[in-house]
Amino acid sequence: MGQTITQKILAAHCGRQSVEPGELISAKVDLVLGNDITAPIAIQEFEKIGAPRVFDPEKIALVPDHSTPNKDIKSAQLVKAMRDFAHKHGITNFFEIGRMGIEHTLIPDEGLVVPGDLVIGADSHTCTYGALGAFSTGVGSTDMAAAMALGEVWLKVPEAIKFIYYGKLRPWVGGKDLILYTIGRIGVDGALYRSMEFTGETIQQLPMSGRFTMCNMAIEAGGKNGIIAPDETTMDYVEQRAKHPWHIYESDPDAQYKDVVEIDCRQIEPQVAFPHLPENVRPISQVGEVKVDQAFIGSCTNGRIEDLREAAAVLKGRKVHRDVRLIIIPGTQEIFLQAVREGLMEIFIQAGGAVSTPTCGPCLGGHMGVLAESERAISTTNRNFVGRMGHVKSEVYLAGPAVAAASAVLGRIASPEELQR
Amino acid sequence: MTIRGKAHKYGDNVNTDAIIPARYLNTTDPQELGAHCMEDIDSDFVSRVRPGDIIVGGQNFGCGSSREHAPIAIKAAGVSCVIAKTFARIFYRNAINIGLPILECPEAVDGVSGGDEAEVDLDDGRIASLSSGREFQAKPFPAFMQEIIAAGGLINYARRRVGM
Repeated sequence: MGQTITQKILAAHCGRQSVEPGELISAKVDLVLGNDITAPIAIQEFEKIGAPRVFDPEKIALVPDHSTPNKDIKSAQLVKAMRDFAHKHGITNFFEIGRMGIEHTLIPDEGLVVPGDLVIGADSHTCTYGALGAFSTGVGSTDMAAAMALGEVWLKVPEAIKFIYYGKLRPWVGGKDLILYTIGRIGVDGALYRSMEFTGETIQQLPMSGRFTMCNMAIEAGGKNGIIAPDETTMDYVEQRAKHPWHIYESDPDAQYKDVVEIDCRQIEPQVAFPHLPENVRPISQVGEVKVDQAFIGSCTNGRIEDLREAAAVLKGRKVHRDVRLIIIPGTQEIFLQAVREGLMEIFIQAGGAVSTPTCGPCLGGHMGVLAESERAISTTNRNFVGRMGHVKSEVYLAGPAVAAASAVLGRIASPEELQR
Repeated sequence: MTIRGKAHKYGDNVNTDAIIPARYLNTTDPQELGAHCMEDIDSDFVSRVRPGDIIVGGQNFGCGSSREHAPIAIKAAGVSCVIAKTFARIFYRNAINIGLPILECPEAVDGVSGGDEAEVDLDDGRIASLSSGREFQAKPFPAFMQEIIAAGGLINYARRRVGM
């Protein structure tokens, strides 16, 4: 019987020819990742295991990105614990402020994950790297601790759902809109425990940035991983960055899927997810009058250079609405520098937006843009749960960068097409 | 092992931001985390909950972030086990790894009311509402997970593997 790309990668990492959905396996990991919220607990648990050293210091990455630059003393202590652990164990992939980025933007850009890898990260959005044709999934801190000691992780082989996207995308529609539309269609547990395999001509036309955005939000449908088979676009990205050899896998024509979902992309408008679940999706034409207090563009979902270019295309020569705070945060220092070189930062600042060094801060209501009671944000992030970006009575609407930028200008959730009329 | 406590019932998609809001993630101290458990969806949960009590959730319990602080907060608040129709996968792993008992049992979720006195036999997965007298049977864990649970969590399991 044929195997999916996910089955093939899992089989290769437990020394088998094939694996079946539902099987529990112990698989070797190519990279173990943690951030300043999850790694400190993993470090405490690692000490309890009593292993004298980590399984391989080259295969661990520690990225302080959630509460950094340190927002308070407690956060500073957590980052210090990570830094000390990295020093002690010779972990070179510890990314210091000024040379770092949001983990899921930084790690692939640094070439630390390549096609065919098996990656676990103590962060739910670790599923992002499936865009490279790797198996990549989020775990908890104790899993991270055990993997740092053993170089292995226990996994249940997931069943898969195949998504086939076809048709040309309309203007201002990208990866964010495709994944929001998909979650709206299947629900926040529509892919629970399953692999989401994104295929079809529309995906083949999608740049890497849009593919990362789609795989990033697989977890918002409950998915174990999102994955896209490598093609020319993937290899253009990988070849100039890869720090270790890659292996290309693809699903067999007779691979088994629990479900196949076909999506006609020709009619998909820019999408907006209403509070308080990512499945509460409406096309931009059905949003109505929704005023916003804050617009946020950034995060592991939409902080790449292509996202910033899209926002700049909308904001160029325009001003942010007087009642709106626009916050734009590039995903990595490299992207920040690229945005400076391309003149995007000038456009943002002249429009009246605030820009900052990379951080996850606003996405999880940590710092750098926390919402007050009854405030409302349009955000390019991935979750709009109750209280996600601040006060328990604040609201988050999710969208892509173009809608967030247009909304910042108009003071209400709006399509960029409104500005062009 | 049999546990007994009052049921605290919630709906579908109880997410990890609801279980422990991100503003408290600047600590790893279980007691501090437990003091804010469920704060944003049930502000007096912490004052009502008694040691041994049981959380009953609907579909996709624990969805959202990978923060292990969520099951840690639930455990530190005194909750003895969580029963749900389904669990989000990272929460499921985390609960098993840290030794917070969880049970998947849609019938029990529909059959147990908030405030019911309930009894759970963790060895055979039998759930009983002492208030209504009804009994339910949860799905057993696969053998590999039972091994982790029996070892007292993943850390003890890993200790054995590295020969400590």
